Amino acid sequence: MIDLVGKRNWFFLISAIVIIPGIISLAVFGLKPGVDFSSGTAMTLHFDKEVEQSQLRQELTDLGYDNVVVQPAGEGDFFLRLPEISAEETTKLKEGLETGLDTTITISSLYSVSPIVARGTVRNTIIAIVVAAVAILLYITWAFRKMPNPFRWGTCAVIALIHDLVVVIAIFSILGWVAGVEVDALFVTGVLAVVGVSVNNIVVVFDRIRENMKRGVSHDFEVIVNYGITESLGRSLNTGLATIFVILALYLLGGTTTHTLVLALLIGIATGIYSSLCIAGQLLVVWEKGLTSRRKAAPSPARSL
Amino acid sequence: MKRANTPLLIFILVLFGFCVWVIFPGHGIFGRDDFKLGLDLRGGSHLVYSIDLTKKDPAQTDADVIEGVKQKIERRVNAYGVTEPIVQTIRNERGSFVLIQLPGVKDIDEALKLIGQTAELDFRELVVDENGSPVLDEEGKEQWVIAKATGSDDEERELTGKYLKPNAQVMLTQQTNEPEVAFEWNSEGAILFEQITQRNLQKPLGIFLDNQIISAPTVQAVIKEKGVITGLSLEEARTLAIQLNSGSLDVPLTLVERRDIGATLGEDSLRKSLMAGIIGSAMVILFMIAYYRFSGFVACLALLVFVVLNLAVFKLIPVVLTLPGIAGFIVSIGMGVDGNVLVCERLKEELRRGRTLGAAIEEGFRQSWSAILDANVTVFIACIVLYWLGNTFGNFLVIGFATTLFIGTALSMFTQVVVTRTFMRIFVGFGVAKSPGAYGVLKK
Repeated sequence: MIDLVGKRNWFFLISAIVIIPGIISLAVFGLKPGVDFSSGTAMTLHFDKEVEQSQLRQELTDLGYDNVVVQPAGEGDFFLRLPEISAEETTKLKEGLETGLDTTITISSLYSVSPIVARGTVRNTIIAIVVAAVAILLYITWAFRKMPNPFRWGTCAVIALIHDLVVVIAIFSILGWVAGVEVDALFVTGVLAVVGVSVNNIVVVFDRIRENMKRGVSHDFEVIVNYGITESLGRSLNTGLATIFVILALYLLGGTTTHTLVLALLIGIATGIYSSLCIAGQLLVVWEKGLTSRRKAAPSPARSL
Repeated sequence: MKRANTPLLIFILVLFGFCVWVIFPGHGIFGRDDFKLGLDLRGGSHLVYSIDLTKKDPAQTDADVIEGVKQKIERRVNAYGVTEPIVQTIRNERGSFVLIQLPGVKDIDEALKLIGQTAELDFRELVVDENGSPVLDEEGKEQWVIAKATGSDDEERELTGKYLKPNAQVMLTQQTNEPEVAFEWNSEGAILFEQITQRNLQKPLGIFLDNQIISAPTVQAVIKEKGVITGLSLEEARTLAIQLNSGSLDVPLTLVERRDIGATLGEDSLRKSLMAGIIGSAMVILFMIAYYRFSGFVACLALLVFVVLNLAVFKLIPVVLTLPGIAGFIVSIGMGVDGNVLVCERLKEELRRGRTLGAAIEEGFRQSWSAILDANVTVFIACIVLYWLGNTFGNFLVIGFATTLFIGTALSMFTQVVVTRTFMRIFVGFGVAKSPGAYGVLKK
């Protein structure tokens, strides 16, 4: 049997290697807020004839829009991101570009948010994540109420959950300054879905550990936990793979509108599999035994395999 | 146990048949014959206006003002001719807002003008000096003052749009074919208008909309009930007629959020997501059958039931399907596999322990139930919080995802526990797939 619990410090180290640079990136660069959070106007323009990015930028400057992010959006379309402009200004901008570039423009999508709307979103998002985490902590404590120290199970699940969230957010922070990936309301949706899905995996593992405790598989808690984890290994990997298949299909084929949502889910679910197998149960053992304890020569449990 | 299987199977088959019938186009109950697509899939405009309550008449309550704004906007939007518009009010600590969705709207600029304008119409007299020539302000412009007259109760009243009957119409003038808006005063308005036209004979009378002059025709005769407003383009005339009939807003609105999605982008997204869903599901089915053999096959049958059930529920509730909503559904397919994987793994394990097939199936389901339940509750918690969050944002995309993921998770529990188990029992009962190898367990 694979000893996943015995190697716990290695797993903690691996997580630290991912999380620490991520946190540094978060602290230095933060996340790149989309218009939902920072207010502004974002639009995708479709041009009837091919237009160079430099031409477009020049034309925007001529119209008095200096502070515009211009990104190609595929198939000759361009994505513009500028400070909030009114409906009249939008129409003028479009007409100005049409005259300047001598082409017809279709605004295939437009999203404009005022500071008044953007202001509360960050706070509400944080409240939502905290509420979800606390609710899950309480639920798991309740679900494992028959175990000794049920609160520990809840806490360890939530720590593993926070681990997953930090990885997702950290990777988006890095993607923000490397690839210009912005976070929007759909990113938050993805993060909260990760909250649900990642704890889902942890609960399955904990459920197995609980069952093995009831069966009295071993006297050594570490051995019990390891059994629980290795027994869930097949299930966790298979479910994870199945979920990743569909999400990957969605990411590659599903169009750009939901990219941030799907990417957050993809990272979160992959991390969730790892943390459910390599972090959550191991944390229970650490809490029980401390970080450094060596395993006693555990008596081989009577089990027919 | 066995006796209960046949009625269950019949129930499942009837339910399945019904759901398949429901999801075909043009079928459905309660008049729900089509899937409801969100704005991001059918194209259209999503607008949020902030309601400026500081400008309200102190005599009115906030709730009345907000309700009035909502009703008037509903009237405007309905008269504009959009199919299935949505008008909702949102009140939160940031203020009061009215949210409007206009699916399939073509000319958004015109719609914005129609909805956002206060549309306060009034009639004004030119300010003149003793000699009868107009008084000019610093910029050399003529000055106007709202025309007042004595009402039926001897009170002095301003002549504004609120005395109009809600039957203003766009007409084309006979000779020049220019558009004009024909209006009619109610009895009070007629009393005021008669006095005002009388004293302004052969003088201009300014017609103002939201403090902007539209036209200033010269009064030719004393008029009581009727009049026309000229000097507008056809579009403007149409907009004004709708606004006059809906009534002016009591307070000004400011556009604070706007999301436009082109119809072609919507269609494109829908096609792409469906393709992703089909390919993703196909991969899952292949994987399940390759890895779990017979039980994987049964799980996939259950998955089919799950998908059909889900789609039928989407149509019947009805759930407004958005792109993130479809993503939520596709994720729930992945999660729906989860319960089946749990059961299949258990089954393999019990078979390895040397149980008979029948006993292994019962044990497999019994043992996996606690994990399925506890694990899915956490997903429900996340969905409920997301739904709340989506509501505070007024973000239909977030709500769409939370809704479909919630429904998908609930239905996947149902299919895992009821459908997969019944299928397994029936197949085992018929003596199909007796060898443990069919479940992915190697014989010793």
